[in-house]
Amino acid sequence: MAILETRQLNKHFGGLHVTGNVDFALQPGEMHCLIGPNGAGKSTFFKLILGEHLPDSGAILYDGEEITRAKPFERIRKGISVKFQVPGIFKELSVQQNLTIALQHHVAPEILQEEIDRLLAFLKLSQDRKQLAGNLSHGQKQWLEIGMAVALKPRLLLLDEPTAGMTPDETFATGEMLQELNREGMTLLAVEHDMAFVRQIAHQVTVLHFGKIFAQGTIDEITADERVAAIYLGEVDA
Amino acid sequence: MSSASRFTSILKLIEGPQTLGKGPKFWSGFSVVLLAACAYPAFADSYDVGNNVYFFNWLFMAMGLSLIWGYGGALSFGQTAFFGVAGYAYGVLTINLGDAYGLTLLSLVLAVGLSALFAAILGYFLFFGRISGVFLGIVTLSVTLVLERFMAQTAGPEWAIGKARLNGFNGMGAMPSLTIPWPGGNIVLYPDVTLYYVTLALLLVCYLGLRILVNSRFGNVIVAIRENPMRAEMLGYDVRKYQLATFVIGSALAGLSGVLYTSWGNYITPASMGMTAASLPIVWVAVGGRTDLTTTIIGTLAVLMVFQSLTIYGSQYALIVMGTLLVITVLIAPRGIVIALISPFMRRKSKLEGER
Repeated sequence: MAILETRQLNKHFGGLHVTGNVDFALQPGEMHCLIGPNGAGKSTFFKLILGEHLPDSGAILYDGEEITRAKPFERIRKGISVKFQVPGIFKELSVQQNLTIALQHHVAPEILQEEIDRLLAFLKLSQDRKQLAGNLSHGQKQWLEIGMAVALKPRLLLLDEPTAGMTPDETFATGEMLQELNREGMTLLAVEHDMAFVRQIAHQVTVLHFGKIFAQGTIDEITADERVAAIYLGEVDA
Repeated sequence: MSSASRFTSILKLIEGPQTLGKGPKFWSGFSVVLLAACAYPAFADSYDVGNNVYFFNWLFMAMGLSLIWGYGGALSFGQTAFFGVAGYAYGVLTINLGDAYGLTLLSLVLAVGLSALFAAILGYFLFFGRISGVFLGIVTLSVTLVLERFMAQTAGPEWAIGKARLNGFNGMGAMPSLTIPWPGGNIVLYPDVTLYYVTLALLLVCYLGLRILVNSRFGNVIVAIRENPMRAEMLGYDVRKYQLATFVIGSALAGLSGVLYTSWGNYITPASMGMTAASLPIVWVAVGGRTDLTTTIIGTLAVLMVFQSLTIYGSQYALIVMGTLLVITVLIAPRGIVIALISPFMRRKSKLEGER
């Protein structure tokens, strides 16, 4: 059974159809990338999955259970977690506190510190635990947020452009982090522009265009598809 | 966990990331200030001591606003609404029930409870309706102004609850002071040395209790909501419930101020919920440093004392100074003047810790 499934999902803002009849299924253990030109509806699709927007019609199922109208925090409690595009961290709080807040509601107080140390090591932030999160470098902020998302021990992790603004080295290191999480059993769905990164991590790729699924397959199949190249050059209409 | 070790782990929260001041230095300074406050009545005229309880009365409201605004990030302009509701409720209850058998203490609890209930109802619509930012300020300000207008038109004899006349703009008076039943004669808390110690003790309990609250898991979540509500929600927290709980606690503290003030002066007027009254708490906590309980208290006391001494020359004049003070704070030290003054020391200290 798919861990995440959307059925005929629709969302429009006024006359603009940003998500049109999307049927999408994500298998457990998969690392899946969502690509598409600007305005393809990738972010809206994410917001629908998270409950930030409610769809006009269609259904969203998580692990076979319908969550179409569930509140965002209820979806998180079921095992979905997210890393936003712009780092969503608590800037005025220390790195340690950022992780504490992510961990405290499901980790017993006795092992909280142990868990924080483990995450800090994983994120390569052990030296910066007392630093205010707002003082970290951009790449470190992205990692901290990935850490907060992972702290919830989700079964499904959504990542909206996780490497935006990172150096090539940081991007590669991020890919390795995500692969490690995937090996531990986490399913990942990422919106991403950086094709080298997509090639590094993705098992499957879905191309969105004008709110519809345009193509699906492995990265090699997608890059070989001339129609996909054409939509990035603006040569295919909806 | 045994109850004893649970108690110690709760006590440990008295220091933490959400409160400035920790370690032996801070607590020895704290003890000196507390001892000085305890010793003060021995060196002053008891009439002055009773008068100066006035300053303590407002600190509960200031701490409540620090919790809602400084920690929770929700600018409530309505602290005076809860102050007024509790103050009038105390008046109506005690005038009807009298001061025997500890009924004034029951009235205190009921009046504060009523303001908390009012905050819960208002807060439900605000936070579950996802009203935030400047709109929260506008709605809460409107509520306090509506209450002021309403109470102002209750001058006629038809506006009475039981024996208690509301009295419109003239204000309601002649309610009994808080009275503690005691073997061998009730202790009436007139503005005097006894009231001073009782209020000081209440203040101490609220201050330490709030320190524990803001350093607890609950406190972690409310500062997280201040920093980034969407992230907090996406960590699985029902942000609305936390905001509502914070609002109710902070507003109930304003209610406590209202009861103490009404009992202290045996008087409350609609003006206590008006525009001027509503804006002053914002000045107190902004000037001191709203994101910390201790700086809020220091700032509030300092501003109140300056305000009182200026009022001698005319209250309008004093208000202009308060407005100027707020503008200067926002421009020069947006996090608060007390925080700006102590932050060089804090920074040096944390740098030293980093080098070690």
